Amino acid sequence: MISLNELKVLRDKSRAEISIREKGYLAGSNMDFYRSHVLVCAGTGCTSSESLEVRNGLKEELIRLNIDKEVKVVETGCFGFCSLGPIIVVYPEGTFYCLITPEDVKEIAEEHLLKGHIVSRLLYSEPGTDKKVSDFESIEFFNHQKRVALRNCGVINPEKVEEYIAHDGYFALAKVLEEMTQEQLIEELKKSGLRGRGGGGFPAGLKWQFAHKTPGDIKYVVCNADEGDPGAFMDRSVLEGDPHSIIEAMAIAGYAIGSEQGYIYIRAEYPIAVHRLEIAIEQAREFGLLGQNIFGTGFNFDLDIRLGAGAFVCGEETALLTSIEGHRGEPRPRPPFPAVEGLWRKPTLLNNVETYANIPAIILKGADWFASIGTEKSKGTKVFALAGKINNIGLIEVPMGTPLRTIIYDIGGGIPNGKKFKAAQTGGPSGGCIPAHLIDTEIDYDNLIALGSMMGSGGLIVMDETDCMVDIAKFFLEFTQEESCGKCPPCRIGTKRMLEILEKITKGRGTPDDISQLETLARTVKSSSLCGLGQTAPNPVLSTLKYFRDEYEAHINEKRCPAGVCKELLNFSIIADKCKGCSVCAKVCPVGAISGVVKEPYVINSETCIKCGACMEKCKFGAIVKE
Amino acid sequence: MSCNCQCSTEKKNDPRFQELDGIIKKYKNQAGSLIPVLHKAQGVFGYLPEEVQSYIAKGLKLPLSEVYGVVSFYSLFTTVPRGKYVFNVCLGTACYVQGSGRIMDNLKKELGLDIGETTADGLFTLEGCRCVGACGLAPVLTVNEKVHGRLKEDDVPRLISLYRLKEEQGSK
Repeated sequence: MISLNELKVLRDKSRAEISIREKGYLAGSNMDFYRSHVLVCAGTGCTSSESLEVRNGLKEELIRLNIDKEVKVVETGCFGFCSLGPIIVVYPEGTFYCLITPEDVKEIAEEHLLKGHIVSRLLYSEPGTDKKVSDFESIEFFNHQKRVALRNCGVINPEKVEEYIAHDGYFALAKVLEEMTQEQLIEELKKSGLRGRGGGGFPAGLKWQFAHKTPGDIKYVVCNADEGDPGAFMDRSVLEGDPHSIIEAMAIAGYAIGSEQGYIYIRAEYPIAVHRLEIAIEQAREFGLLGQNIFGTGFNFDLDIRLGAGAFVCGEETALLTSIEGHRGEPRPRPPFPAVEGLWRKPTLLNNVETYANIPAIILKGADWFASIGTEKSKGTKVFALAGKINNIGLIEVPMGTPLRTIIYDIGGGIPNGKKFKAAQTGGPSGGCIPAHLIDTEIDYDNLIALGSMMGSGGLIVMDETDCMVDIAKFFLEFTQEESCGKCPPCRIGTKRMLEILEKITKGRGTPDDISQLETLARTVKSSSLCGLGQTAPNPVLSTLKYFRDEYEAHINEKRCPAGVCKELLNFSIIADKCKGCSVCAKVCPVGAISGVVKEPYVINSETCIKCGACMEKCKFGAIVKE
Repeated sequence: MSCNCQCSTEKKNDPRFQELDGIIKKYKNQAGSLIPVLHKAQGVFGYLPEEVQSYIAKGLKLPLSEVYGVVSFYSLFTTVPRGKYVFNVCLGTACYVQGSGRIMDNLKKELGLDIGETTADGLFTLEGCRCVGACGLAPVLTVNEKVHGRLKEDDVPRLISLYRLKEEQGSK
């Protein structure tokens, strides 16, 4: 068991060791430690592009150059700039290198780490400019962000509890145990205005209060890390980059409601996050930060991990609890809410990863500080996974109320290939889209609901003019239809019928009454489904109908897909003036639908054409068009 | 269900069932242990055939119907053996808008498989998944643990040949 004093000593010692990564650090000021730290991103995004090979290569080079006692290689969590992976940052300079390949490692080691010359060809340059940026804090992508939940990601080594402690880790837990009553703690949380980051946005303090007030000798604290929205990876990055913040927050929650046991329900598809969590829980136990009599205060708390098994519906809280109990992850009606009757019918407090990640910061910096960030009804920051048709794909954290325009253009760097911004989709399969003309919308819970979308967990997918919104609605319906657990008929059958109508429309067989049928079905499924999955499943359809009704109408009435996506509605043809008669198209056509005489314009027989687009890709003269 | 053939003695001598015994023993007295046991069992056997399910049902004192109910509910559990190389195309939104649907179509054509099927030689299985979380590399697919990103449609045949070649070299 560690005492608060011992924790302070450990913090100061660890802080000195990693102070080299702080701003204003004087090079060479502390000769006891390494003269340089090289932080290598070891999150899922970067490891997918070989960051571990880069790390291994760096370590070998340091040994070869005999500077492995001077330069330290540190694995860290996500920097957020995933499209530039693998990323490494060299301290004390704070030099940001991106798109590193294992072949670049030798040059970085010899030039930068040995001789101190920055390798400028590996630096980042802002989209549309050639100017190289060396210091990563001056990169536009990072400039507009404010990191609260992600405060330690890309800063510390997530596999070392000492580095978390160096950043005041576990001091929030110490503070609540030593200085605050349960009621004071809950009041503080209510005052902060923190709302659940899992999607619904329910005030966290109220939820804690319900679980606190429900009598019961056994209670549970659960973390929902079953992040299932396609294109969303906020929670994964927190768990990979800063697992201790979740452990600490859950222990704080345990104290608040009077629980001694917590469960983290995490997707089995996140092996790195699971691994880091296991390490973190083990280290916390070793230091007595989990277990019996924490800080000698008599408070006991421990944690276990439960793996999901690939069922999206388990992100819904009642289904998640049923799954932890070992059953089919089917939801049940609420009330009773989990705070009254949850896991094994005991009072249970359930929050998602990002909600927990905010807790230690709120305790240490105070509710007023937190409430000073954001909008009137949405406090603090929000993490978004920015993906799709955008230059800077990655993970960002911005104050609530940040305009969508800032996210798309300033942080996201705009739309690639000179295409036009069409819509941003938020909230995944439960959400909707924000069309281009509403780009100045300030993103918070209430504004998104008013637009017919929702915050969701934070996936933000950008679409350009070549994306068909009917097709996107169909994509999400396919998803919810497949993931519907089948327990209640409105969701099981309703989503199926809606999907059938959308398939009909995208195949050119739509009829004028399809739209009104879709709307009627959507209302029924929304109002009568058992759980959140079904209640929100029609949102992508309703939202695209609201803003892109003309696209539906073009599909139905004119049998035309304006974005050129829906295959059955496409027509490929050759512009005779541009065709040089080279015959390449005829050769690549897999069904022999193109014919002609060499050096004369060719023709496509639309009867046999299967609309694969191979000819268009191969034509060097841009003579083939689809419409 | 339990049968009267010699398979019970076969099981006793099968190291995989011995390992399963250990897993069941470890989790037996924990609440909600079925899903963790199934995860581990699939790790040992590669899949969850009926005999493994009934073995677990007996070990955890649960009705086989409940075990089967759980296995069939969760998409990560499989009752059929899978290929040596599992091609898993990400069908998450970010990959979808970058054309992963066409990558999937190409794979279906090249491998002659539908989603969830395995080639007759046991080499390839085709799967679709929801977001690997490598959206920066979209569109992506994974082959077992390895992530292949920034794919184009015509990368598909090359990728399949790569793994065929790997297999030939490995068997030499």
